[in-house]
Amino acid sequence: MGGMTLFDKIWQTHEICQNEEGQSLLWVDRHLAHEGSFHAFNKLAERGLSVRHPELTLGIADHYVPTNARNLINVNAKTRNVIEQLIDNTRAHHVPLIGLDDPRQGIVHVVGPELGLTQPGLLMVCGDSHTSTHGALGALAFGIGASEVAHVLATQTLWQSKPKCLRIHIDGELAPGVSAKDIALAWIARLGADGARGYAIEYSGSTIAELSIEARLTLCNLSIEGGARCGMIAADEKTLDYIGGRPMAPQGKAFEQASAYWLSLASDADARFDLELHLAAEDIAPTVTWGTSPEEALPITGKVPDPAQAQSAEARKHLQDSLDYMGLTPGQALTDIPINRVFIGSCTNARIEDLRTAASIIKGHKSKVPGLISPGSTEVKRQAEAEGLDQIFIEAGLEWRESGCSMCVGMNGDQLQPGERSASSTNRNFKGRQGPGSRTHLMSPAMVAAAAITGYLTDVRMLLPEEVTP
Amino acid sequence: MRPFTQLTAPACPLGLSNVDTDQLIPARFMKEPRSVGYGQFLLYDLRFDATQQPVADFALNQPEAEHQQILVARRNFGAGSSREAAVYALVDFGFRCVIAPSFGDIFSSNAVNNGLLPAVVSEEDCERLLSAMHQKTSPISVDLEQQRIECNAVRIPFAINPVWRTRLLNGWDDIDLTEGYRTEIDRFIHHYRQAYPWTEQQSQGADASIERVNQ
Ligand code: SF4
Repeated sequence: MGGMTLFDKIWQTHEICQNEEGQSLLWVDRHLAHEGSFHAFNKLAERGLSVRHPELTLGIADHYVPTNARNLINVNAKTRNVIEQLIDNTRAHHVPLIGLDDPRQGIVHVVGPELGLTQPGLLMVCGDSHTSTHGALGALAFGIGASEVAHVLATQTLWQSKPKCLRIHIDGELAPGVSAKDIALAWIARLGADGARGYAIEYSGSTIAELSIEARLTLCNLSIEGGARCGMIAADEKTLDYIGGRPMAPQGKAFEQASAYWLSLASDADARFDLELHLAAEDIAPTVTWGTSPEEALPITGKVPDPAQAQSAEARKHLQDSLDYMGLTPGQALTDIPINRVFIGSCTNARIEDLRTAASIIKGHKSKVPGLISPGSTEVKRQAEAEGLDQIFIEAGLEWRESGCSMCVGMNGDQLQPGERSASSTNRNFKGRQGPGSRTHLMSPAMVAAAAITGYLTDVRMLLPEEVTP
Repeated sequence: MRPFTQLTAPACPLGLSNVDTDQLIPARFMKEPRSVGYGQFLLYDLRFDATQQPVADFALNQPEAEHQQILVARRNFGAGSSREAAVYALVDFGFRCVIAPSFGDIFSSNAVNNGLLPAVVSEEDCERLLSAMHQKTSPISVDLEQQRIECNAVRIPFAINPVWRTRLLNGWDDIDLTEGYRTEIDRFIHHYRQAYPWTEQQSQGADASIERVNQ
């Protein structure tokens, strides 16, 4: 028998038992709830069940919160109702809540790591597909639906079939202007939006070792966009440095004890993966999406594809449909696409490093188009303000907002107008994602800043300030 | 949960690929309680134009759509957001089975949890099925026991995780099943807590702000 992968080790540690069909009952260490969890709480209520381990769930308001104020005064009744249901449900079940005006508020997947709640070796779930983010710290973390959330609330366990393991191994040095976002868009474009379906991904290689924790969070966040169940990176010294001292992390002797265990979880040298993908960092360029699926991505130097060159009639129709929706012409240079708006935010790319990078590029320029900056958490906002980054964005003519999911999903009303085109640091360019009729181009925060400066999709490498390496 | 064994019903040839859950139910409708019925929101932005008028040639706007219980789509159906509301929209509209070459993982398990069968067929079989459906508006038969789909002369197999098959066939509900494993769970926790004591508590004082919200 070969060695075990990081994923295998954590899975095995959490397996309570198997049923006759071989499905595993897993212990859940941490569950994160947000406003959308109301369906799950309603299911509990229907059946008269209570929350089995309220201390292992944490509620955070993020999806529907306003970004122009930290109160609900000007929020419409229906949105307000969803936010208040989170408050009522967590209170009724004695689940701790980080509410709208809490200094720790932010997007669940930014707050978890920030508070030290996210730790290597933990099994974490949330009723949100980007829960894969937390795997960057060596946790096994994945998104679940409302029925499963209800199951976790009622039992602190979950039935799951074991996915297969895919290793994405990347060696070499990323060129200036190329970031974790570009790595993700590059592999998703290669394998397809369902290319990693049924797999747990482990990212490894010298490029990954060099990535900061924040960049790793971005990379693991996007695992779901390639269809993967989760994305993971083995804990290393950087991980321990990041976690140490955070309020919800183990402290003192417990931290030392945990650290030794965390490092031992790395995949064994002879571990077998079901599938392997090798990439060279040098081959990755700043990448943008042109279509309506994250797989429809190309290096910024590319051209809008031509349906006439599609492989099959079905592919041609699909391509034409994407181009029609996006309002693009076949063969058009990507850098000739004008934008109406920019957005930097979301659990993918709104951490402090993202804001620093974007600010370093836009500093001293005026944005050609309006736009929003919504920090990933209230703590990120505070820190950015302490560094004066807010002033750089404001002087460029952009709006500096409070933290929340905001224009990533538009649930709080931060939306594009129909037909408007955004350069966005988010994770989904689906039809209507940023509002009905919205057209989204996904890219790194550095690329969003570059697009703001010119008003077109732009190769950030043309605008890099000296000595800045995003 | 209502068991699923066999179904013979009119089917909708949706035929689109990458129908993500944001399209299945746009985010703006998810504030609504389930009791309003989510069927009205299904594929809303494809069904209605910017002036709220039905798009004339869209499959779900045809008069026969009212009776359809099976949806046939192309690859990567239900990718993206984990929103179970996407399944509620399909189920409340009247669908009990979706046939496609691939599904988003979270979507599939959400579907099973609501008695909706996600039947995986090969790309070629999906194309055969879609063309068989276009020839005539005849019903499709789905047999979960045999894992077989029939439409006119076309007979194709489909795949489904065996655990999900059993659950759908029996209409079992997870939470009840799990309670039967209480002894195993308690035994597990006991050992787990000893081996990994730091996992027991996530924090003290995370609830300090509850009372300050809404001021
Ligand atoms: S920022 Fe966007 S992707 Fe992330 S949790 Fe919020 S809505 Fe989901």
